[in-house]
Amino acid sequence: MRIELGHRSFVCHAHALDFARNLFASCIVQRLELNWKTKLCLFSSIEIHLIPSCSLLNFPLIIGRMIRFILLQNRQGKTRLAKYYVPLEDSEKHKVEYEVHRLVVNRDPKFTNFVEFRTHKVIYRRYAGLFFSLCVDITDNELAYLECIHLFVEILDHFFSNVCELDLVFNFHKVYLILDEFILAGELQETSKKAIIERMGELEKLE
Amino acid sequence: MLYIFMLGYDVDFGHMEAVSLISAPKYPEKQVGYIVTSCLLNENHDFLRLAINTVRNDIIGRNETFQCLALTMVGNIGGRDFAESLAPDVQKLLISSSCRPLVRKKAALCLLRLFRKNPDVVNVDGWVDRMAQLLDERDLGVLTSSMSLLVALVSNNHEAYWSCLPKCVKTLERLARNQDIPQEYTYYGIPSPWLQVKTMRALQYFPTIEDPNTRRSLFEVLQRILMGTDVVKNVNKNNASHAVLFEALALVMHLDAEKEMMSQCVALLGKFIAVREPNIRYLGLENMTRMLLVTDVQDIIKRHQAQIITSLKDPDISIRRRALDLLYGMCDITNAKDIVEELLQYLSTAEFAMREELSLKAAILAEKFAPDLSWYVDVILQLIDKAGDFVSDDIWFRVVQFVTNNEDLQPYAAAKAREYLDKPAIHETMVKVSAYLLGEFGHLLARRPGCSPKELFSIIHEKLPTVLSSTIPILLSTYAKILMHTQPPDPELQNQIWGIFNKYESCIDAEIQQRAVEYHALSRKGASLMDILAEMPKFPERQSALIKKAEDTEVDTAEQSAIKLRAQQQMSSALVVTDQRPANGTPSGIQLSLVKVPSMSINEDQNMAEQGLSHENGILSKVDPQTPSADLLGDLLGPLAIEGPPGTDVQSQQNIVSGLENVPNTVEAAAIVPVEEQTNSVQPIGSIAERFHALCLKDSGVLYEDPYIQIGIKAEWRAHQGRVVLFLGNKNTSPLVSVHAIILPPSHLKIELSLVPDTIPPRAQVQCPLEVVNLRPSRDVAVLDFSYKFGNNMVNAKLRLPAVLNKFLHPISVSGDEFFPQWRSLSGPPLKLQEVVRGVRPMPLLDMANLFNSFRLMVSPGLDPNPNNLVASTTYYSESTRPMLCLIRIETDPADRTQLRMTVASGDPTLTFELKEFIKEQLVSIPTALRSPMAATPAPPIPQPTSPAAALTDPGAMLAGLL
Repeated sequence: MRIELGHRSFVCHAHALDFARNLFASCIVQRLELNWKTKLCLFSSIEIHLIPSCSLLNFPLIIGRMIRFILLQNRQGKTRLAKYYVPLEDSEKHKVEYEVHRLVVNRDPKFTNFVEFRTHKVIYRRYAGLFFSLCVDITDNELAYLECIHLFVEILDHFFSNVCELDLVFNFHKVYLILDEFILAGELQETSKKAIIERMGELEKLE
Repeated sequence: MLYIFMLGYDVDFGHMEAVSLISAPKYPEKQVGYIVTSCLLNENHDFLRLAINTVRNDIIGRNETFQCLALTMVGNIGGRDFAESLAPDVQKLLISSSCRPLVRKKAALCLLRLFRKNPDVVNVDGWVDRMAQLLDERDLGVLTSSMSLLVALVSNNHEAYWSCLPKCVKTLERLARNQDIPQEYTYYGIPSPWLQVKTMRALQYFPTIEDPNTRRSLFEVLQRILMGTDVVKNVNKNNASHAVLFEALALVMHLDAEKEMMSQCVALLGKFIAVREPNIRYLGLENMTRMLLVTDVQDIIKRHQAQIITSLKDPDISIRRRALDLLYGMCDITNAKDIVEELLQYLSTAEFAMREELSLKAAILAEKFAPDLSWYVDVILQLIDKAGDFVSDDIWFRVVQFVTNNEDLQPYAAAKAREYLDKPAIHETMVKVSAYLLGEFGHLLARRPGCSPKELFSIIHEKLPTVLSSTIPILLSTYAKILMHTQPPDPELQNQIWGIFNKYESCIDAEIQQRAVEYHALSRKGASLMDILAEMPKFPERQSALIKKAEDTEVDTAEQSAIKLRAQQQMSSALVVTDQRPANGTPSGIQLSLVKVPSMSINEDQNMAEQGLSHENGILSKVDPQTPSADLLGDLLGPLAIEGPPGTDVQSQQNIVSGLENVPNTVEAAAIVPVEEQTNSVQPIGSIAERFHALCLKDSGVLYEDPYIQIGIKAEWRAHQGRVVLFLGNKNTSPLVSVHAIILPPSHLKIELSLVPDTIPPRAQVQCPLEVVNLRPSRDVAVLDFSYKFGNNMVNAKLRLPAVLNKFLHPISVSGDEFFPQWRSLSGPPLKLQEVVRGVRPMPLLDMANLFNSFRLMVSPGLDPNPNNLVASTTYYSESTRPMLCLIRIETDPADRTQLRMTVASGDPTLTFELKEFIKEQLVSIPTALRSPMAATPAPPIPQPTSPAAALTDPGAMLAGLL
C-alpha cells in the first residue's frame, strides 16, 4: 500500500488500510508529530476515533486524489452552489464554506490561484463577483483544476448564454445537473463542452 | 427546499420526502429526488439505506436516464453499503457493449467511488484484463473516467495492473504526439489536457518502466512536452499547457531520467520561478522543492538562489511559503550563512502566520550547517531576540546543550548572553537562556568588566519581577550557581540570595518552592554545594530534536493550518502536563531529594524532568536513555507507563482521553526503560474491566494495553451478525513473537477469527478481523485468550470481547398504538417476566433513560402515563429467531431509588429471561469483575454504594394491572 502525504509517499502494511485511514486523518489534523520513518509505530497506540474537524480528510486519504468539494460563492460569502464529495456534517460544511470564503475573498487578483486550506489546497478563480473554489489534494495538479473551473464556467456560459449570478440562483437545479455531467465522484467525467450541452438538451426534452 | 437549505436553514424534515421521491416513476420527480438526496444527505445517513433497493432497480433497469441518475447519486454519495450491494451491477454496466458511453463513463466513476469505500469490490478475477480493454476505448469521455479509475486502482496495487502500463503510454502518444482526437475534446487547441495529466499520473504509480521500447516512446513524448511548451498570450491555453508540462516534469522526476533531461527540467523550472505570472512561479518553486528530494541537482538549483530569495518577499503568502520551503531544502554548508541571514532578516518583517515556522527552520539550518559554533550561538540568540514568541523551547534547550558540550564556546556564549541582558526589554525566552548560560558559565567571565558575580546577579535579578513563574526556577538555579562560584564567598551577596530563597520557600508553585527550599538548605551546607551544583556534565551527542520536529512538520505542507493546529495541540498537551504534575510531582520530588549522586546536579534532573513533562509531543526523544541519569529517568518516567502503581490509573485515563497526545510519551517511555525492566511482570495499562465496559457501549476503542502491546477494537454490528476487527499493535522497537490468539466462544455465538500472525514486527500493527454470528440469546461473553512473548517474557491475557447481548439489539421506537396491543398479547411467563429488583444503583430517571438508550433500548417517553416509569423497546436479532420485538417497562419508586420493578416481554422465553437478567446486571451494582475471568482491578462498572431495599410501595402497580 502506498500512502501519499505532502510530497512524500510511503509503503505501508496493506491490511492496516482501514485503520490507517482513520488514524492518518486524526494525526494529521492534530499535527501529531508523526515520524514517518517508523510509519506505523503510532498506530499501535492510538485510540480509534475521529475528530469532527478532520472528517474532510477521512475519506480517500490513501487511495488516490480527488476533488473534495466544489463551492460557488459570491463576494458576500453566500454560497450559490456547494457540492461535497466527502461526507461532512452540515455544521462542518458551513464552517468550511465560511473559511474558504474568508480565505479567497481578500486575495489580490495578482496573487496565485492556489491557497492552502487545512491540509488541502483550494484552487479558486474569480469570475465577476463569483468565486469558484475547488478543494483538492496538496500534490494534485493545480493548473489542471484551474482550467477545469474555466471549462465549467464556459459550459455554464454556453448553456445559459452569458451566465450571471441570477441564472445560477434561479436555475440551481440545472447547475447541479450540469455539474453532475461534468464531475462525478470527485473526478472529471467529461471534458467535452459539446457532449455536455447535448446531454443537457436531451434531459430538458424529458421534462 | 434545496434553496432553503442553501440559505442555511435546517431541512431535516424533508429528507424522507426526498428519498421517497427517488422511487417515483416519472422522470422529473425522480430527478428532483436524486438531486436533493445527493445534496442534502451524506453517505452515513440512515435514510440512504432505504434507498438502496430503488437505486439498484434503477441501475439494472432498462431506462438509460434512470441509470444515469442512479449512477450519479451513488457516485457522489454512495457509502459502504452501496459498495457491497451494487458493485457487480455497476461493473456490468461499465464493460457492457450495449450501453452508451454516457452510461459507461458514469459507471466507471461510480465504481471508483465504490472502490474507495471498499477496495474489495474490484478484486474479481479477470478485472485487470477488462481494465486494460477499457483503456482501448475510443470515446474520450469514457477514457477519461476509466483513467481516473485506473489511477486509483494502480495507486492501490500497481503490480496487478502492470499490463495497463503500455496502454497508458500509447494513450499518451495518441494525445500528445499524434493529436488524434475529436475536435470537441481539444481545449484551446490542446488535446484534452486533463486526460494527459491523468495518464501521466497513472504512470507515476508504476515504480519503473522496464520494457525499453515503451520507455523510449514515453521519453520521446515527454521530451516533446518539455520542449514544445511555450508561454502564450491566452491565459487558458497557457495554464492548460503548463498543467501538462508540470505533470510531465513530475513524471520525469519519478522516472529518474538521464542527467541531460533532468538539467533540462531544472532549467525550465529556473525560467518559471522568474516569470511574473504568479501561478507559474508558485508551481516552479514547488516543483523545485520536489526536485530537491528526488535527485542531486542542488548545484543547478543554487544558481537561482537570488531569485528564490526575491520570491520570499512576494506579497502573496502562498508564494512566500513555497520559497521558504525551497530555501530550507536547498540549504547546505556552502550557502547556509547567506540563507540563514536572509531568513533572519526576513523574520523581523514576516507576518505572524509564518514566524514560527521560519524561526524553527532558521534554527535547524543554523545548527545543521554551522561553519563554526559561535556563529550558531549568534544566530540563535538573534533569533530569540527577534522573534521570541515564536521560538519554541526546544530551540533554546538545544543551544544550551551545544554550549555545554563545547568548552571553547562557553565563555563566548556567556559573554553574548550578558550583552543581551543589557538591552532594556528582552524576551522571556532570552531571560531563560541568558540566566542559564550565565549561571553555568558566568564564572568564566569573572574578570571582564561588568561581569563580577555580584553584577551578574543584579542584572539577572532585575528581570525577576517581569518573568512568568515557569522562568523563576531557572533563575533560582542560576542564583544558586552564582553563589557557588563566588569564591571566596561574599557575605552580602549570600544574604541577598538567601533572602530570595527564603521568600520563595512559601511560593505557591510547588516547583519554585521546592527549589528554593533545597537550594537554601544546600547552600548552607557549604562544601556539599560544590559537588551538587558543579557544572553540568556533557550531554551525549544525539540527533537534534528540532530536526525531527521539522521532518515531521515538513510532511504536511498545510502551513496555513500550522499555527492554529499547533496552538491547539499545545493546548491539549498543556492539559496533559497539568494533569500529570500531581501524579508525578510527588515521586519526582522524592527522587530528587534522595539523589546523592556526585557530579550530577539536581538542576539537571529537574531540567530533564521538566523537559520530559512539557514536551510530550514526540520531542521527548530529547531525553535519551544514554544520559548519565538514565536510571533516574527510567525511574522518573517509569511510573508513567511501565509499572502500574496508583499513578498509572490517572495516566491511563489520560491515555484514553487524550490518547493522541500521550502516545509518544508512552511509547518513548517504554523505549527508555532499560532492558532489566523486561523481567518485571507486565502490567496492563488501565483497567481491563473498565475498558470492556466502555466498549459494551461503543463500537471502537482500546480493549487492552500494556507497555508492549495495544489491542484496539472496532466493530460493526448488523442484525445478528457482527464484524469485529482487532488491531494488534506492537508499541516496541523489537518484534513480539509467539503471538497467539484464541477465541473461546460461548455456545450462542459463532466466532471466526482469521489468522493471527505469529510475530508482530516492531512498531507495526496487524488487523485480525472476526466474524461474529449470534445464534440465540444468551448473556455469556466470548473470551479472547491472547498471549505473546516479549524477550523472555510470556504475557498472557484473557480478555472479554465486547460481543454482548446489547450489540444485537436494534432500537426501534413504537407508538402507543403499537405498544399496548403487543404488550397485552404477550401475557404472563415465560414470555413476559416481572421481577422486583432491589439494590439498584440510585440514579435519576433521566440517567436511567440515557443508560437504556446507550444499551440500544429505545426509551419511548410519554408512553407510560406515570412519569416515574420508563418504557423501552428494541428489536433483537439472532440466527435462530426472527427479529424479535422486546418491550421493557421499569417502574420506579421516587421515594426509594434503590428498588424498581421491571417487566420484560418478548416473543421468546429465553430471550425474555436473558434480557431481563442483562438489564438487571446493568442496573444493579454487582462488581462485574467477579464474573470476568481476568480483571486487573475489580472495577464495578459504576461503583456506587447500594443501600438496603426498603418496602415496596409501587405507585405504578395499579397501572400495570390495567395494562
